[in-house]
Amino acid sequence: MSEVPADLRYTKSHEWVKDNGDGTVTVGITDHAQEALGDIVFVETPEVGRQVDAEEPCAVVESVKAASDIYAPLAGEIVDANQVLADTPDAINQDPYGDGWIFTLRLKDPGALGTLLDADAYQALVDEES
Amino acid sequence: MPFIPHTDEDIAAMLAAIGVDSIDALFDEIPPGLRIGELAAIPAGLAEMDIARLMQSRAREDGQPLCFIGAGAYDHHIPAAVWQIATRGEFYSAYTPYQAEASQGTLQLLFEFQSMMTALTGLEVSNASMYDGASALAEAVLMAVRANRKVQSNRVLVPRALHPAYRRVVKAICEPQGIEILEAGFDRAGGHTPVEALEAVAGDSQLAAVVINQPNFFGVLEEVDELTDWARVRGALVIGVVNPVALAVLKPPGDWGTDGADIACGEAQPLGIPLASGGPYAGLLCCKKDLVRQMPGRIVGRTLDLDGKPGFTLTLQAREQHIRRSKATSNICTNQGLLVTAATIHLAILGAQGLERVAASCHANTGRLVDLLTAIPGVEPLFGHQVFHERALRLPAPAADILRSLAAHSILGGFDLGLDYPELDPAILVCATELRTEEEMQAYATKLARVIATRTQARCPVEPKFS
Repeated sequence: MSEVPADLRYTKSHEWVKDNGDGTVTVGITDHAQEALGDIVFVETPEVGRQVDAEEPCAVVESVKAASDIYAPLAGEIVDANQVLADTPDAINQDPYGDGWIFTLRLKDPGALGTLLDADAYQALVDEES
Repeated sequence: MPFIPHTDEDIAAMLAAIGVDSIDALFDEIPPGLRIGELAAIPAGLAEMDIARLMQSRAREDGQPLCFIGAGAYDHHIPAAVWQIATRGEFYSAYTPYQAEASQGTLQLLFEFQSMMTALTGLEVSNASMYDGASALAEAVLMAVRANRKVQSNRVLVPRALHPAYRRVVKAICEPQGIEILEAGFDRAGGHTPVEALEAVAGDSQLAAVVINQPNFFGVLEEVDELTDWARVRGALVIGVVNPVALAVLKPPGDWGTDGADIACGEAQPLGIPLASGGPYAGLLCCKKDLVRQMPGRIVGRTLDLDGKPGFTLTLQAREQHIRRSKATSNICTNQGLLVTAATIHLAILGAQGLERVAASCHANTGRLVDLLTAIPGVEPLFGHQVFHERALRLPAPAADILRSLAAHSILGGFDLGLDYPELDPAILVCATELRTEEEMQAYATKLARVIATRTQARCPVEPKFS
């Protein structure tokens, strides 16, 4: 059973989104997603300063099985990217909600956060898919 | 027994099972305007005796001319052992060995090829080859634009002293993908590409990459350190286009300038691949390790199996189209397996010293040829800079006429530079590889002197019967 922390928001494409309270959010992939992908061997993080639209592919996570695009959950500007993943991509497997974060986004519309899935809705999505 | 094991009944049964009337109906998604229908230009089949007769007569037409043309494809000696080994049953396939458990020999050979290419280019990573030198350069350009995220630019600077066919291929492949190719001129006295020429075209614009070829199309050696550093300061990636034989004696791209080139590519034909009327050849592509995820094509890695024994396998396949689909690094990322097999065996037979001797011998022969040819009145070197194994010569009469007359004497005298560089006309590019002997070079000089004399002398009242 994969972990779905209650205090985070989620997307249908299996990103988690954490509200940092200052107009920015931190984004990573869920425990369920990392489990499905298997051992992650490479992460291409987005360029800091890049403007992204909601659901725009902006990062790539490559595992021994597949390479998957990571989508921006909402529109905004990339303000930080997790450089540690360059050397230790498996941080996403070890700690998907902590050390395995992928990028930080300054939201164009902070109010849009509410449009994302909450933990229950995401759990339902995972249950439906499995 | 038919080669295609489907009988008409089999086909009818399969079509019935999926509810389709005909095989043609399976392709109805393709708009009619894009379908060619019958292949009207393809003649009917011939019997074995007829085809043998046709091929023999065509082979006779080729004759056995003496080749003094280089211009991107070179007439080198290929030891008989190369193709004897390459066509053994174990190697004789052009296919990618996806099944590691059944392909250790081929995979190891490709791994050796990659090791040889990284040794020659001084870069960390090589793939298992591209189609040819020109498409390898196009892929290098696409790779550089993808990789250079610091400079948000789709402009790539290419010297005009780069092979004209390479420039055409790069434009054909890259321009439709939104990449702008700028061309920098060459120095008319030296034949090289000066930094000022790059500066003049680039202006203040940002560049994703700068292409530097060593030697350039005229055989001239470029000031690669200076050019590399110029590109680096502007934040552009550096793509080196190189001749693998020349790398035996020249500084490898990985050592150019302060930080080295980022990508190197080139034509592997000089390594054991026959001229064969222009192909198939193989392209080489190497890069720095931090660009490996942007590199298209097959890469073979060495690893340990469950028992701790070394083994070889295709690696980093997530970049490729069978996994990443439309987002693959390239959709023309196959390799030239059989030709790479020959190139690897060729290099293994030659060894590092052997390759160096080939390079030195080509350089010396071309120098000797140029001495003999420039002794003819009106024939002079077009450019003053140092060359590797080709030199551009100015002629006192139209180049096409002279080359045609030489060809009638079974001498392929060189490449007509006026075709792609009208401002240089009349001029040819000549090359003498290690295959050319003193007698052959003298024969060329004698014939050329005679052909030029007949073309430049006051018109004789009697028209020659054959010109």
